[in-house]
Amino acid sequence: MLKRLASMAAILAVAAGTASAEPVSGGRANVVIQPEPPSLMLGLVQNGPTQMVAGNIYESLLRYDENLEPQPQLAKSWDIAEDGLTYTFHLYDNVKWHDGEPFSADDVVFSADIFLRESHARLRNSLKYVESITAPDANTVVFKLKEPFGPFIGIFEGGTMPIVPKHIYEGTDYKTNPANNTPIGTGPFKFVEWVKGSHILLKKNEDYYVDGLPYLDEIYWHIIPDAASRAVAFETGVVDILPGGSVENFDVGRLTELENTCVTDKGWEFIGPLSWLWLNNNEGPTADKRFRQAVMYAMDREFAKDALWNGLGKVATSPVSSSTRFYTDDVTKYDYNPEKAKELLAEMGYDGTPVRLLPLPYGETWQRWAEAIKQNLEEVGIKVDMVATDVAGWNQKISEWDYDMAFTYLYQYGDPALGVGRTYISSNIAKGSPWNNVEGYKNPKIDELFAAGATAVGKDARQKIYTEAQQILTEDVPVAWLLELGFPTIYRCNVKDLVTTAIGINDGFRDAYIEK
Amino acid sequence: MLRFIALRLVKAAVILIAIVTLNFFLIHAAPGDPAAVMAGEAGAADEIFLQQLKEQFGLDKPLLTQLGIYLAGVVQLDLGFSYRQQMPVAELIWDRLPATLLLTTAAFVISLVLGTLAGVLASARVGKWSDTLISTVALLFYATPLYWAALMAVLLFSVQLNWLPGFGYETVGGNYTGFARVLDIAQHLILPASTLGLFFMAVYMRMTRASMLEVSTLDFVKTARAKGLKPGLIQRRHIFRNAMLPVVTLAGLQAGQLVGGAVLTETVFAWPGIGRLMFDALAQRDYNVLLGVFFVSAAMVLLFNLVTDILYRVVDPRIRAS
Repeated sequence: MLKRLASMAAILAVAAGTASAEPVSGGRANVVIQPEPPSLMLGLVQNGPTQMVAGNIYESLLRYDENLEPQPQLAKSWDIAEDGLTYTFHLYDNVKWHDGEPFSADDVVFSADIFLRESHARLRNSLKYVESITAPDANTVVFKLKEPFGPFIGIFEGGTMPIVPKHIYEGTDYKTNPANNTPIGTGPFKFVEWVKGSHILLKKNEDYYVDGLPYLDEIYWHIIPDAASRAVAFETGVVDILPGGSVENFDVGRLTELENTCVTDKGWEFIGPLSWLWLNNNEGPTADKRFRQAVMYAMDREFAKDALWNGLGKVATSPVSSSTRFYTDDVTKYDYNPEKAKELLAEMGYDGTPVRLLPLPYGETWQRWAEAIKQNLEEVGIKVDMVATDVAGWNQKISEWDYDMAFTYLYQYGDPALGVGRTYISSNIAKGSPWNNVEGYKNPKIDELFAAGATAVGKDARQKIYTEAQQILTEDVPVAWLLELGFPTIYRCNVKDLVTTAIGINDGFRDAYIEK
Repeated sequence: MLRFIALRLVKAAVILIAIVTLNFFLIHAAPGDPAAVMAGEAGAADEIFLQQLKEQFGLDKPLLTQLGIYLAGVVQLDLGFSYRQQMPVAELIWDRLPATLLLTTAAFVISLVLGTLAGVLASARVGKWSDTLISTVALLFYATPLYWAALMAVLLFSVQLNWLPGFGYETVGGNYTGFARVLDIAQHLILPASTLGLFFMAVYMRMTRASMLEVSTLDFVKTARAKGLKPGLIQRRHIFRNAMLPVVTLAGLQAGQLVGGAVLTETVFAWPGIGRLMFDALAQRDYNVLLGVFFVSAAMVLLFNLVTDILYRVVDPRIRAS
């Protein structure tokens, strides 16, 4: 009974702020998934669409509310030792895998210490701080760290540390295990079928360890490759939920005016997508700090937000997103000021050398945004050549530093040590990845601050370090920050409690229900 | 005859290997590789991760070695494995084949039947308003971009009139069985198949009309008229049959392409066919899938050519003799 009360309290805490009537069981959710995921085995593939579907099949120890405070998932409670070196998780004891086998602390140890160390590049960086992972009993897991790691409590999210079944994967070749095609997790929904190119079907996990959950009977994920057709699918009632990024932004206004249609930009707080222009610090005009500052002043980012993003999101004021921990607005500000931009360009003696601008090949919105920026830059006298690529070509050009300015957006994962430092520290300057320090910015002070920030103990100490880092970076402008992106989730208003956590739709269907 | 077939089969095999080799180099010339795309999608990539992926895909080996491995597989009819989709390529193609064949065959039949019919009608009323109307509409179909036509068709018949489903192969979650399922798929087929058929419909119409008019001036038709045969009979028996020869040749060419799928139509209508498989594979640089689709399409074209040549020899003794 106590346990049940505890779990109910947890659910209420997560669902807080989403006023709703008494939830009702039953019904089907029809959701768009775009693009079709390469695989649903979340332990092996961690891209957006995989996590959106498989986030309902696999789980981790925790989930996070919109203020990024940890909430129970497979762990019903947890203790952190005062020295910040020992994290103890107490697991639910009535959890079963979808194939009926009991789940235990051994699965967590196997996942975190063996499976994911091999397959999960992002988690591997955080696991560097871990000395040991042990299971003193079937329902307890202990992580011991070598040194304190500030964001450690933030790495127990479904996409960051998905728990996979030891009894299926131990001793096998993970990548070719046939079970990858029929994923087995502990989540609120079970995998039923995947008709490639058409749809994915998940059904309610009747043995879910939280009583009464989930409410929905099934979820159909519709695979519709064309953005206009996805909008039509919503208009004609075939689908009820369009996750962020499913339709072109210029269709959002029209769709949200339809009857019984709601929209929210919540649910992205954990990953905190922040967009910017890579500026090549190694060569060309962009190697000059004054040129980079001029770019910041030349861009009308409010216009882009209102005209291209339907007013959703925020103009970025710092390398840290405002929903990420340790954000500060006590930094150099760059308002739209073409005159100031011209002054800076004159001061540096810009000779009109053209710069190559790479739009992000993710659809019409990004193409138009590049057009708008090109116009902004040309108004202050910067000559811009647009370079067209597809996704693979874009990846390669960025990874090989073959650009002057290029659009991108990256996730922050709630903490500067997880998603911010990687872009600016000099040890991350290496060709071959589109996600490291590809602009080539080098500043020993910044290296020192991010190293200290990761291992400092206490919120105040970390805030002080990251405030200083943000101040230096906004002065140096290694990249030109654009917007904290607001991706609209469009859905029928009678679908309730769809977005209740900072991870949004990725783990939203556990709590969602359809009001009759 | 057997010697002829054997010789042609050997020729076809050589051509096929040449096509595969050419495609292999073309695909590898495009910027980016599957490892970079997958690492990019993972949102976090370091050297180790990229290296792991490259080893897994076999991309760390020299290009010629990769080609050798691929060709060795192809000779044994093994089209390789898609690491992205975690499935053998042959299985992926096999899964998509029914949907593509249904779509392209339906479009083929629609365009052939309606196009020929319209051509016959137009030729029978040369210079009259109905001929002008049919010819103008055909020209319009010929010139309209497929993508635009598809979206307009969805807007009109699906969004505005709500007569037909706008996308998909069948009602997802409808759980229809038996005849109800056939009906459901047929409904979903109408818009994509007609849109896809528009272009060839126009081509068949123009060709039939021109061919009918040409044949109608030939001597044997004059003779038929002079014999006093009824105009309808001359039209059907004498003119139409002879006028069909170029149309049949064209249909043969179109039939060879049936397996290749229709990228644009399948994308707009979310039709789970081979065209989309190929398009996605291209965007993701899923080399094995792309090469696999090209291999199957090329093999089909060669096969149809061979069958046509054999049929010619059976039908026309002059070719056999030479």
